[in-house]
Amino acid sequence: MRRFLYAPALACVWAAALPAQDTNELLNRMKAMEDRIKSLEAEVQTLRTQQTGAAVAPVVSAVAPAALPVPAQAAPQEPVRLGGAGAAAAKALNPDISVIGDFVGAIGYPGNRPTPSLEMHESEVGFQEVIDPYARADFFLTFGERGVDLEEGYLTFTSLPAGLQVKVGKMRAAFGKVNTLHNHVLPWVDRPLMTQNLVGGEDGIDDAGLSLSRILPAPKGLFLEGTAQLYRGDTDNIFLARSRSQVATVEHLRAYHDISDSTNIDLGVSYARGHSPFAFDGINQLLGIDATVRWKPLRRSIYRSFVGHFESVWARTQVSPALVLPDLIALPGPPVPGLVANQTVKPFGFYVSGDYQFGRRWFLGGRYDNSQRGLCLPTNPPTTTFCGLPLNANPVNVATQLVRDLGGSIALTYWPSEFSQVRAQVRRSQYGGGITANEILFQFIFSMGAHGAHPF
Amino acid sequence: MNTRKRLYRAAALLLAAAGVSSAAGKLNVMTTTEDLAAIAREVGGDKINADSIAKGYQDPHFVEPKPSFLLKLQKADMLAVVGLQLEIGWLPPLQTQSRNAKIQVGGTGYLDMSQFCQILEIPTGTVTRAMGDVHPLGNPHYWLNPDNGRRIAKAFADKLGQMDQADAAYFQQRYADFDKRLTGAEKGWEAKMAPFKGRKVVTYHRSWPNFCERFGLVVVDYVEPRPGIPPTPSHTLELINLMKRDGIKLILVEPYFDLRTPNSIASAVGGDVAVLMPSVGGNKQIADYFQLFDYDINLLVGLLQKNK
Repeated sequence: MRRFLYAPALACVWAAALPAQDTNELLNRMKAMEDRIKSLEAEVQTLRTQQTGAAVAPVVSAVAPAALPVPAQAAPQEPVRLGGAGAAAAKALNPDISVIGDFVGAIGYPGNRPTPSLEMHESEVGFQEVIDPYARADFFLTFGERGVDLEEGYLTFTSLPAGLQVKVGKMRAAFGKVNTLHNHVLPWVDRPLMTQNLVGGEDGIDDAGLSLSRILPAPKGLFLEGTAQLYRGDTDNIFLARSRSQVATVEHLRAYHDISDSTNIDLGVSYARGHSPFAFDGINQLLGIDATVRWKPLRRSIYRSFVGHFESVWARTQVSPALVLPDLIALPGPPVPGLVANQTVKPFGFYVSGDYQFGRRWFLGGRYDNSQRGLCLPTNPPTTTFCGLPLNANPVNVATQLVRDLGGSIALTYWPSEFSQVRAQVRRSQYGGGITANEILFQFIFSMGAHGAHPF
Repeated sequence: MNTRKRLYRAAALLLAAAGVSSAAGKLNVMTTTEDLAAIAREVGGDKINADSIAKGYQDPHFVEPKPSFLLKLQKADMLAVVGLQLEIGWLPPLQTQSRNAKIQVGGTGYLDMSQFCQILEIPTGTVTRAMGDVHPLGNPHYWLNPDNGRRIAKAFADKLGQMDQADAAYFQQRYADFDKRLTGAEKGWEAKMAPFKGRKVVTYHRSWPNFCERFGLVVVDYVEPRPGIPPTPSHTLELINLMKRDGIKLILVEPYFDLRTPNSIASAVGGDVAVLMPSVGGNKQIADYFQLFDYDINLLVGLLQKNK
């Protein structure tokens, strides 16, 4: 019975004690939660601070070598950025792309030479990139006002054994010096008369083919390079392949020597052979020599320099009068002896030039031209003054007659920057001793993008 | 029998010669600048032959890619470059024509030191030629901070060790020695430059950000209105006014720039021109990396004291 009496009393005591326990537990829980919130707030604050710091402080480059020691002097709280901006980020695997504009103007009397008064002479677009660990490729497309041409597009194998280098594609032949140069690196507005008359002019020997070159053993200090090239054999005014077997070859031997740190001399001998476009089954051969002297004092290399060039070409061109003077074929009467047979003409030409840099932006140059050409053979650009058949003249004599062109130029060049150039050139030319042309040429060259440096 | 003996003897001699040749074989290290060659010699010691293309007294932006360099590059085991497009105007044709696969970009012997160094003045936003001849990947004159010299040395030690594993420990030991000597030298250079911390200077070209930041000088303007653009009269006048207003008395010039404009500016503000050497080999007194900083800091300290 007593148990029943104690039970309500115990229940009352328990009931009274229960709220007190809940309150304490709740308070404890709230305290724990409060601590937790404070802890989380601190973490959030820490993270915010870190984020803000990261936005201001430089990011450590992915290429930073972790193994490298942090210099003792570097501020320890600020991460050091190692490496420049990634080149890959700028262009990924795209080639280097460049555009070079060449604007030419002319005033004065040009003779028979069809130089326009104002002309966007050429826009050269270049694409250059490494292909794989074994080769690189270079493409140069030239846009004239009326058409597009592949000036050069070739693959260069850079990793061949025995010191060999092979190029495959369309390229300017290693004949002499000026033939290898693009327009925008010439020290003149135009090309020498010798080039125009005998080596294809502005286009030059520029054909599809293969090139093999090697640095040859030589005495110490002498650089000797031999180049052998095989081309399809199609070059305007120089070679014409009427069949697959009528290929052309070019050989070049180059010797270079540093006379001192500032002065060097560069000599070359070239030979080219292909089928003549002016004969039914004839040969055209070119033999050239070139010499270049350069002076550039290293301590003042951006202010003073001098480059002197000499280049000459002997040609042995076979011509068939019937091809050179096609109107003769239709002439009535008995056939003229030798009209179809090949005759050989042997024109010779040379130029000598000098360019002196007299300021960081200024260059003054001069050039003397002296070149023979066949009276009735085409040049590039065309300068032929007269090619007809006078009454009672022997067609063979007319077709093989040589005339001499003479020229002189003075050029003043100004570089606003490395990427643009303004040039004025005074040119006097005597074509075949008959016509004298006095002209003033001016030129603006400007470049965009990453145009790779040209070989020396 | 005699013939057989002779053959054995000849074979033995050939083998011995081959062994001698291999043992005596040194790595040929070519660098684009004399600074890199000097650091390579510190690390490589007598186990390497180091040579450079550009001379220390010429502008490394404008080097003629002469064929005579090809003779050296053709035989190189390693080509170390400054990178950041410093050599873009002349090195690529040399690499291509060298006929040496090892030194092509990505080749086993190609080493771009900029990847290991702290680079300043990395342009942000649009980069155009209207800004002058800017280096879009950052300022390439980073070797003028000894911290970067140390990093270059470490990169050499690691690369040489990869290429000549038998001497890897030798290269690391020489690097450690170089590091120790450089740390000691830096304390001396810092102590000399400490009184001039925060002094404002003008430089001709942007060749000195690493040097000035390291030794506490503040570059406020340049003689060139933009990188690679020669001084113009209007900019020169603005510069004179700025220097007069801020009391700047010192112009730092590289040895390959014309001194007429800097001299006239210095004359107008009553200050001085300091022809500092940006590279080892800049003059005959600077034959190694330590002497480069010795020379420049001694010259600077004298002129900074004079122009208080």
